Amino acid sequence: MVRRVVITGMGTVNPLASDLEAFWKGLLEGRSGIGPIDLFDASPFRVRFAGQVRHFEPEKIIDARTARRLDRFAQFAIVAAIAAIKDAGLDFAKEDVNRCGSILGSGIGGLNEYEEQHTRLLQQGPHRISPFVIPKLMPNAAPAQVSLHYGLRGPNMSVSTACASAANAVGEAMRTIQRGDADIIVSGGTEATITPMGIGGFVAARALSERNDAPTKASRPFDKDRDGFVLSEGAGILVLEEMEHAVRRKARIYAELLGYGVSADAYNITAPCPDGSGAALAMQLALRDARTNPDEIQYVNAHGTSTPLGDEAETKAIKLVFGNHAYKLAISSTKSMIGHLLGASGGVELIATVMSIHTNWVHPTINYETPDPACDLDYVPNQARQMTVRRAISNSFGFGGHNACLVVGKFEP
Amino acid sequence: MNSIEERVIDIISDKLGVAKDQITRETSLIKDLQTDSLDIVELVMDLEEEFDLQIPDQAQQNIHTVGQIIDYIEREVKQKKSGSWEGQGTGAVTKD
Repeated sequence: MVRRVVITGMGTVNPLASDLEAFWKGLLEGRSGIGPIDLFDASPFRVRFAGQVRHFEPEKIIDARTARRLDRFAQFAIVAAIAAIKDAGLDFAKEDVNRCGSILGSGIGGLNEYEEQHTRLLQQGPHRISPFVIPKLMPNAAPAQVSLHYGLRGPNMSVSTACASAANAVGEAMRTIQRGDADIIVSGGTEATITPMGIGGFVAARALSERNDAPTKASRPFDKDRDGFVLSEGAGILVLEEMEHAVRRKARIYAELLGYGVSADAYNITAPCPDGSGAALAMQLALRDARTNPDEIQYVNAHGTSTPLGDEAETKAIKLVFGNHAYKLAISSTKSMIGHLLGASGGVELIATVMSIHTNWVHPTINYETPDPACDLDYVPNQARQMTVRRAISNSFGFGGHNACLVVGKFEP
Repeated sequence: MNSIEERVIDIISDKLGVAKDQITRETSLIKDLQTDSLDIVELVMDLEEEFDLQIPDQAQQNIHTVGQIIDYIEREVKQKKSGSWEGQGTGAVTKD
């Protein structure tokens, strides 16, 4: 008997909003969270805009001393995790904490801390390196903090597969509950790489949009004039719970996590396999795992980064998996509004996908102005759409050729 | 310039996120402020920078309260002013 996994809580910190309700409202309104960089002086850089989390004050949620011991990426994670756990109505004092854990994705980890301390090393010498540099920069600092904050002693780890990190984390968390190792896993992803090295590195890799004169128009997935992604930051965290456990405590169930598929392109370290076959394999595996036929899916939350190659390859992948049904799907990219949160994107976008199941609305792909013949599907251009979403798939693909797809559906006891 | 006591309490308050009025000479670093070994390393680094001196590991082992930090630094600063620190390995810190 397979143990079923449901989603009972969600929390996020991202460029559009710092709570679930405002986030979903912003997405349905088609608002952009992209703007000029003010986290550091970006004037020498070719890209001077990003999706920053603004007015972030972790000291209002966690004590100042704990906040100081965490890099920005882990601060996002704990703040979003606290919101998700509250949303789930969980009281860990009533739970067996040995059966509760956290699996979080982060593509890079504590880049802010690394750069700050490296500067100190060069300018002030090795004796001035902070004793907190290692525990702050390690990617597992985020799930570790969730464990420390709530006393969770069950499975706890980080997953790092670049932009697929959060989706892989959620998939592995789902498996952990299915195989009986835990009843509750706080999962998702977190990232904070709007730093000189983060921006500079992605500029060098020619991955970013350089539309400095119109930041809110820069992320334009599937549009013919797309020229790269917009770097963003934040966290998207979900509470995954074994179904009977959730029903027993009368939790509100947003959706059921039905399937997980994972594959690798084996093609190139950064470029996607142009025929979309690697991404298609992950989608097919996720559908099979969910015992779902392609024509039972109504909505695809695309990876849709707004890169010329990526959006075309994903469109091909969707056609490979869905055949003619591809043209009946509603497909949208959350990144059109919030940019690319790298290792957090899969978490934030799974939240958007779950909200589609929960509310029967799908958010638009904004900045869709000029159709691209290579991308000829229904990307829900510019206007949110009210429609019944029984089952949906969320795609995440990362540097390294990592593909991770998650299928969610309406919960039916 | 504030007194050494005020400056030490400022640093502890800032680093450990504790209100200044919660810190007295009798406050224990471990029992009252719940510091761990990493907190102490960082605190020592900040004190060394603030007062331009070095606190050797051996001296750190004898420091358990805020008052002991203040006493130690007052002693070192006094020695430094009188010039007696010069040439001593532990006190002569140059910024490199």
